[in-house]
Amino acid sequence: MAQIKLSNLRHSYMPTPKGPEDYALKEIDVTWRDGGAYALLGPSGCGKSTLLNIISGLLTPSEGQILFDGRDVTALPPDQRNIAQVFQFPVIYDTMTVGENLAFPLKNRGVDAATIKRRVDEIAEMLDVTDMLGTKASGLSPDNKQKISMGRGLVRDDVNAVMFDEPLTVIDPHLKWKLRSKLKELHQRVQATMIYVTHDQTEALTFADEVVVMQDGEVVQIGTPVELFERPQHTFVGHFIGSPGMNVLPCEAKGDRAVFEGHEVALEGPTQGDGGRTDLGIRPEYVGFGDTGIPAHVTKVSDIGRHYVVSAMVGNTALKAMTEHSVPEPGSQVFLKFKPEQSRVYRDGWIATQERAQ
Amino acid sequence: MRTINQKAWFFVLPVLALVAFNALVPMMTVVNYSVQETFGNNQFFWEGLGWFEQILRSDRFQAALGRQFLFTAMILIIEVPLGIIVALSMPRKGFWVPVCLVLMALPMLIPWNVVGSMWNIFTLPKIGLLGYFLNDVLGINYDMTQQPLSAWITVIVMDVWHWTSLVVLLCYAGLVSIPDAYYQAAKIDGASPWSVFRYIQLPKMKTVLTIAILLRFMDSFNIYTEPFVLTGGGPGNSTTLLSIDLVKIALGQFDLGPAAAMSLIYFAITLLVSWVFYTLMTKDDAE
Repeated sequence: MAQIKLSNLRHSYMPTPKGPEDYALKEIDVTWRDGGAYALLGPSGCGKSTLLNIISGLLTPSEGQILFDGRDVTALPPDQRNIAQVFQFPVIYDTMTVGENLAFPLKNRGVDAATIKRRVDEIAEMLDVTDMLGTKASGLSPDNKQKISMGRGLVRDDVNAVMFDEPLTVIDPHLKWKLRSKLKELHQRVQATMIYVTHDQTEALTFADEVVVMQDGEVVQIGTPVELFERPQHTFVGHFIGSPGMNVLPCEAKGDRAVFEGHEVALEGPTQGDGGRTDLGIRPEYVGFGDTGIPAHVTKVSDIGRHYVVSAMVGNTALKAMTEHSVPEPGSQVFLKFKPEQSRVYRDGWIATQERAQ
Repeated sequence: MRTINQKAWFFVLPVLALVAFNALVPMMTVVNYSVQETFGNNQFFWEGLGWFEQILRSDRFQAALGRQFLFTAMILIIEVPLGIIVALSMPRKGFWVPVCLVLMALPMLIPWNVVGSMWNIFTLPKIGLLGYFLNDVLGINYDMTQQPLSAWITVIVMDVWHWTSLVVLLCYAGLVSIPDAYYQAAKIDGASPWSVFRYIQLPKMKTVLTIAILLRFMDSFNIYTEPFVLTGGGPGNSTTLLSIDLVKIALGQFDLGPAAAMSLIYFAITLLVSWVFYTLMTKDDAE
């Protein structure tokens, strides 16, 4: 178990990167607490797998250092970093039995037979695969295979961190949920630092204590699931997290107010800086209906189960609102109310309003 | 109640007809010859299983069969590991992949009798480049037209040159289909290069390797053109493999009955070995 520190990390797949656009991973500087559960969240191609491979040692970063408990491991190969990795597609040694699969990492490290047996039994019991130990691994279902590849990582008691690279991609939906709770349970039992890469917000938010949201090789926000939802630091986070995502509406900023399609909107606090493109960000959850407010024309209402998503036009701008009852008719005229403490101005994508002191 | 519809047979009919004309009918002709004696003039005398008995008991057949098994065993022992090694050392991506693939495929594109002539000219003492080099430069006494050992080495080297590529290409196809994650996981698990080969590469190559060995077995067991052009079965009978002997009996001596019996025995052996091998190799998958 270890604290993981990434210091001024940068990576480019090109031999001589020129501009920042040549970097698959832009400057990253984070510290992950020993025993924490973290998620790297972002769309495909945002650099999260690159970052994961750098931490596990499959890739050497162009610049910067990786420190495990203060020890520089940047130059160490994967097997000397004592990390475990679970891949998108289950990696199983087909010719071995489940038990042999679990024992493999220990065997390679010359651990004595008695210890191997004890550890394998322990892990098998943890993963509920004890009754499969003697069967050939090649015939297992994908979720069990994925469990075994997880087990191969956990079987060593000296693992610094366990990394998951979209491990639930090939798992059937109804088993995804089960496997995810198993993961959570494992994390509590083994207390290893766990890093989970995914593009699925539900997976990230349910698994992690802290989520790192990435876009185009850049970390846009690090925070708890609640922080990401309640106060996105970037329009990307607002839009990527939440379903539907945050409304991003072009506006003009005027102190602690924003002017959107000619209507004044109160903000959570005063806007800082100037210049650049300004947008008003507000989540559909915080757009309400009233007798007065911003006039809008309802274009569509979709029932998504527990609530309705109302699509509306304010002038020429489309936005979404969420409501549980008092559903307006499509085509009707309504008045919208924006919750001031959840209305923020973003300048060139980054948050520009200051949180009002409580 | 289940209605039984026999219309499906009509769909199978064309295939049946095709198979009948290109395999069953010619083969039945052979069966026909194998149990009869003929002196021409379309006159046939019943012979029963006499030819089969005669062939199986003959020293000549047994010797040719022995040589045939020796030849096939030798080329398999060389070509399979060599093919795997070459496939493992080929690049997985980049500029050199197509170059390697084309270079590998080249020997297989050459017609069999051309391969025989090439190697004949290449290895002739005094005239051939290799023959000259071995004899006159290195001072090794090498003459495949005179010495059985030289002839054997030449026949085997020629086959290795001609057909190792097949094993290489099939193994390579198996290797490139292994996702990177396997190698990464092995690295993290601390697996040695041997373990990577033993537990990842070899199992993933198993299917294609089975096919490669099967094809190489059948082809080498039935080989005719190349050794015939190269050595003509000589010196003496030393490189007379089954098929060469068969042609000698059938066309050289015009002993159609024994030749037909021998063909069927030959065919049965090829079929039996292939079947046993294939069953053994695929047994695990079926479980």
